[in-house]
Amino acid sequence: MSAQHLEARVRHEPGVAVVELRGDIAAFAEDTLNAAYTEAEQQGADPILLNFSQVQYINSTGIALIVGLLARARKTRRQLLACGLSQHYIEIFQITRLVDFMNVFPDESSARSKGQISSGAQQSTHHPHHSNHHHQATDAGHLPHRQPGKH
Amino acid sequence: MAKLLHPFRDKRSTPPKDALQPISAVAAEAPQASLVPVLPPESVAVKEIKVETSAPAALAPQVEIAPNDPLVAYFLSEPGVVEIEKLRLDSPAVRALRGAGVKLAIPLISQGELIGLLNLGPRLSEQDYSTYDRKLLSDLAAQAAPAVRVAQLVREQQAAIQERERIQQELAVARLIQQTLLPKELPELPGWHLAAYYQPARAVGGDFYDFILFEDGRLGLVIGDVTDKGVPAAMVMAATRTMLRASAMRLISPGAVLERVNDVLCGDIPPKMFVTCLYAVLDVNTGRLIYANAGHDLPYRRSQGRVSELRATGMPLGLMPGMGYEEKETFLEPGETILFYSDGLAEAHNPEREMLGFPRVMQLLGEHRGETGLVDYLLGQLAAFTGPGWEQEDDVTLVTLQREAAPVVSVSEDGTQATSEPGNGSWRHLAELSIPSEPGNERLAMEQVGQAVQALKLSERRLEQLKTAVAEATMNAMEHGNQYQPDKPVAIKVLASETTISVRITDEGGAQTIPEAETPDLEAKLAELQTPRGWGLFLIKNLVDEMRVSSDATSHTIELLMSLEGEKDVSTTS
Repeated sequence: MSAQHLEARVRHEPGVAVVELRGDIAAFAEDTLNAAYTEAEQQGADPILLNFSQVQYINSTGIALIVGLLARARKTRRQLLACGLSQHYIEIFQITRLVDFMNVFPDESSARSKGQISSGAQQSTHHPHHSNHHHQATDAGHLPHRQPGKH
Repeated sequence: MAKLLHPFRDKRSTPPKDALQPISAVAAEAPQASLVPVLPPESVAVKEIKVETSAPAALAPQVEIAPNDPLVAYFLSEPGVVEIEKLRLDSPAVRALRGAGVKLAIPLISQGELIGLLNLGPRLSEQDYSTYDRKLLSDLAAQAAPAVRVAQLVREQQAAIQERERIQQELAVARLIQQTLLPKELPELPGWHLAAYYQPARAVGGDFYDFILFEDGRLGLVIGDVTDKGVPAAMVMAATRTMLRASAMRLISPGAVLERVNDVLCGDIPPKMFVTCLYAVLDVNTGRLIYANAGHDLPYRRSQGRVSELRATGMPLGLMPGMGYEEKETFLEPGETILFYSDGLAEAHNPEREMLGFPRVMQLLGEHRGETGLVDYLLGQLAAFTGPGWEQEDDVTLVTLQREAAPVVSVSEDGTQATSEPGNGSWRHLAELSIPSEPGNERLAMEQVGQAVQALKLSERRLEQLKTAVAEATMNAMEHGNQYQPDKPVAIKVLASETTISVRITDEGGAQTIPEAETPDLEAKLAELQTPRGWGLFLIKNLVDEMRVSSDATSHTIELLMSLEGEKDVSTTS
């Protein structure tokens, strides 16, 4: 399978700017991703939701790009959300602790209904280590079960 | 009728270069020399010189004149007729001439060089030689000398031609010996590919190679090089080959075989000659290769695009008896290649007098891809290096031994399709991949590894974990190891045992070091105090059960191990 370039479409929904991503999140996705984020940012102060449902592949460079977006969001106190990740990439987001700084939802509708509750995300941003075990997305039941005693 | 005494040795034996040039035995034989008609019949009739012989055509006994005899200097300083009786010289030659009954000697001098003597015994009439006789003889000598010289040259040339023909004939025999002794065909071994090339620099060479098939299916492989060239080298090569074969049939260990051949050869080999030789025995079923080396060029082994030497120490054969030969053992895995060669390849020069060199041979082996055979590829590269019109300097011999790459093996219940892996008999080869180092190609690696392990029926989650770990390790190998040079592929080997999957990912960046996998400080990254990057190794370590890193001078290998028993827990590193 060859690499798929990233396409991004920004759609403004009530209370949230949705960035629909399609393709791979790897090194060559940097410009597209950053431009889409900038575009979403310009549409108001609403949370930005990254929709990964059409993304098949995220590598470590892609993780770094998402970290970069999170850093931007943090500077401007913007809430960044994610949805549509496969089980595998939810696990990757857990391993990398991105879930501590970014609410992860199964799909766009759950994000839009629950994403308005920004306190959860802010809380996790402020107390990442404590929130690790009790993240909203985990509570939503979309993360693989963790065995106790592993941490 | 004058009769010429032949004063020096028979011309037909080639004289040493520093000896006095002997005259033609009978000057009249020379077509250009018309000595006889010049002589008036009665004047110098020396038909009956006093020689104790019954043969009617007998001539006077030969008189040897040493080049440093005072007579030589005398002749050169006093050209003309010399009366031997009257000479007052302390000279063995003068005594010999007197002993032979020579009265007069007339030196034949050509271009300042004494090339012969015209010797005369007493006149038949027993009168002394008259002034007229002497004048005649002197004139005769002056005319005869150049003609005799020409005759000598013609004869020398004929002798040289004969000598050349003799050498040509000897070479033809030697070539025949050699051709008879080199393998006429390559052994056909299932799962293995053998190729050989042999090109002597001259008619016959000192290189040789041999294959010995044992009854139990093992293959003996010999490559050697006899010092010297031509017939002596061919003879020694023939003897060595015979001894090797005889010893190989009786002894199992390559070291013992070389030891035995060395001891026998030492007694037979001409001084200052010796033989370098490598002897290896391959178990075609397991890929086990045992080898010993008597000072021959080290074979090269290519494994996953990486080339290394097969080292074993030992003295060349035939230098001194009682030598021991180190014996080494290795396993050839599917897809691996060994190149045996002689120095004619590595020591070839280009028009700028630059040597091809052993490192370049290693590099070529590493760069070779499967489209053309390795032998053809190396010869093509050699031709490109030396340029057209290259005069081959030394024998070129190449033997390649390749274990065919295993196809993707679907694992049967009892694992009977398994091929073995060194150190652990239960490893099965599932795939060998070669991924060009180009951005994005880690996706090829993850998909192909995914296919290779399909039969193992991993859970979806475990499969995705493995694939991502493979992708990350491949990316590191392409980027940091191979600097994204497409001609430097990343080699990936997928193996499985009863309990574990192993994926070995090898790059060609031996000089780079792989850092320890550290836990990235996400807070620092979000605060933009650190680069957002640096997740690769951390991810790998958290996705598989074990990550092993090994390096050598030319490459790194990251081995990913994943247990087939039970699922790996999600690891976090708080």
